[in-house]
Amino acid sequence: MKKIDFFTQSKVLIVAGKGGVGKTTVSAVLAYAVAMESKKALLVEVEPKDDLLDIFELNTAVHSFGDTTTLEDKGTKHDSAALGYEETLLALLPHGGQVVGRVLTADDALVEYLANHGLKKVIKKLLASGVLDVVATAIPGIRDILVLGKIKQLERVQAADSAGLIVVDAPGTGHVMTFLSSSSGLLDAARGGPIRVQAQEVVDMLDDPARCQVILVTLPEEMPINETIEAAYFLEEKVGITLGPVVVNCLYPVVKGLEPDPEQTALEVPTLATGTLAALKEAADFRLKRQNLQEEQLKKLRAELPLPQIHLPQLFTREIALKEIEFLGAVFRDQITHLSYDFADKLV
Amino acid sequence: MKTLLNSSKVIICCGPGGVGKTTIAAAIGLQAAKNGRKVCVVTIDPARRLADSLGVDHLNNTPRVIEGPWDGELWAMMLDSKGTFDELVKQYAANDEQVQRILTNRIYHNLSTALSATQEYMAAEKLYEIYSKSEFDLIVVDTPPTRNALDFLEAPGRLTRFLENRFFRLILMPTRAYLKAFNVATRTFLHTVAKVAGSEVVSDALAFFQVFEGMEEGFINRAKQVQLLLSSDAVGFVVVTTAKRDATTEAAYFIGKLGHYNIKASALVINRIYPSFLKDKKALMNLKSFQRDHEEQQNRKTKLLISNLCDLMTISESENAIISKLVDKISISQVYKVPLMDIDIHDLDGLSYIGNALNT
Repeated sequence: MKKIDFFTQSKVLIVAGKGGVGKTTVSAVLAYAVAMESKKALLVEVEPKDDLLDIFELNTAVHSFGDTTTLEDKGTKHDSAALGYEETLLALLPHGGQVVGRVLTADDALVEYLANHGLKKVIKKLLASGVLDVVATAIPGIRDILVLGKIKQLERVQAADSAGLIVVDAPGTGHVMTFLSSSSGLLDAARGGPIRVQAQEVVDMLDDPARCQVILVTLPEEMPINETIEAAYFLEEKVGITLGPVVVNCLYPVVKGLEPDPEQTALEVPTLATGTLAALKEAADFRLKRQNLQEEQLKKLRAELPLPQIHLPQLFTREIALKEIEFLGAVFRDQITHLSYDFADKLV
Repeated sequence: MKTLLNSSKVIICCGPGGVGKTTIAAAIGLQAAKNGRKVCVVTIDPARRLADSLGVDHLNNTPRVIEGPWDGELWAMMLDSKGTFDELVKQYAANDEQVQRILTNRIYHNLSTALSATQEYMAAEKLYEIYSKSEFDLIVVDTPPTRNALDFLEAPGRLTRFLENRFFRLILMPTRAYLKAFNVATRTFLHTVAKVAGSEVVSDALAFFQVFEGMEEGFINRAKQVQLLLSSDAVGFVVVTTAKRDATTEAAYFIGKLGHYNIKASALVINRIYPSFLKDKKALMNLKSFQRDHEEQQNRKTKLLISNLCDLMTISESENAIISKLVDKISISQVYKVPLMDIDIHDLDGLSYIGNALNT
């Protein structure tokens, strides 16, 4: 089996998974691991959110909930506490590696696309007339194509500059299927015009493992594992995209010899209250059950999805911040450099 | 929430994706049926899970009864957005020919299947339809997992704006001279759009608005009624979240946004809360200092047991911090915590357990 150098293989890493599996955290970990290779990682969020600023400990300003920026005033006004369309430096590492982040929404991409196609003067009118809604409905995947088109453009710039990778924190699984398949869908529908050209270029990028791969993120639990297996086959068969390793997040480090023995514990630590003894037993039972469950799910994933796995541990810390990202980044980097896998080993 | 379960006519479960909204909606429905009400649970979850946990093999666009040992009645259905939209078209179209022309139009096809707002709007529409028939005491709706948690409220308005698109209407109604003059400008404009998006897009759109002629008023009135229902007292909003940071951020944002519509969330359900093995804070502190001070005196097993409990408690503490931060920020007095289960909820027993926890 040929060994792939993960950090030089593809310029674009699309991180996908269902809601609640820690996609944003894993994206940050991946970007950090890239930076540990003395490279520049550009972390792209496709939905406006500030989690990255929390994770990289840059968010000192107070959030005001329920305050939204609408399309009309986008580009003119940005909350200073929010990650925006412009690149923001998230982390700078000693050996020159860095993580920068930006938000790239469909609206941002659309405005830029129109401006680039000589419609700068009529953008306001287009937005106000509702014509864009009609166009977006006529071409259902257009918003996704514009976002991916912009990512493709960034990738082309990065390709010239060999020291960089783009990590995309993709929408949740349900959406990621349409997100990634709309371009090829459009090729069937649209006969010509710049949008078709754009779609073709996006498909070219998605189809080429030298340019792009998808990293699926899951939890070692029944539902997320089932959905990951389903998503993997869909993405490879229907979209023709290359899948990188699957990241299994929040795995409890397996502790051997945890079977509780309250009598022994009570003898040894006579000062503990009965409540504490009961809690020790409950916690041990919980952990054992959890270990068995995740073992079962990992086995299932291994049996049904022949992709290499990266295992990220459940951390027992109060929050996920820079220190945790550094730790997980090192874990990721260590595992990925020891993995032997080849894109020739397709699922089907 | 007991009052909500027993007196409201509609309960809408909303919140970020992946927090178990469908399960909570089903548990609420089951509990209300146990409390003696005639309930219909409307889900949008295409997965088989809900049907499985309710013990039926499938659900479709028409409510079906779930038999069980409860005083009330439990019905369930799965939303079919396209089917619902088709029914609406049939209702408002002047004749069969118009129905056929609309159903085969490409824009309509995309509108009824792909537009994200459509699913939300059709959920609201179906809710309104069942509500107006007054066949049920309570309807519980599970909202779609949206990128934008506000879609459910905004969808009727967005679809209305789409259908009454002034721009296309103007082009299709060249009645007066000045409109004709305006048309020259708009046609040039359309020509530009066609150049970028492709000419078939524009011709499809024109065909769509042509065949929809005369129907938009019915649609728009209907959307207004749906919107009115959503903001009325008959409807209670239950916000569902987990105790994870990203989920609570979204939940808080959503509660704030509800406020913009003058809607107050009736209850907050925090799902899948990590077990708190040692609730006594002092005992935990004692244990932690014991772990520090007597490390070398214990055998391996005791050490493992103690560090395991301390580790797991860190997760629980971190969740508690996240929960209090959320609860401080919002003004919802009814907060319900549903513990993490060992397994996925697969059956009525599991739903029953959650329903019980909410029935206070």
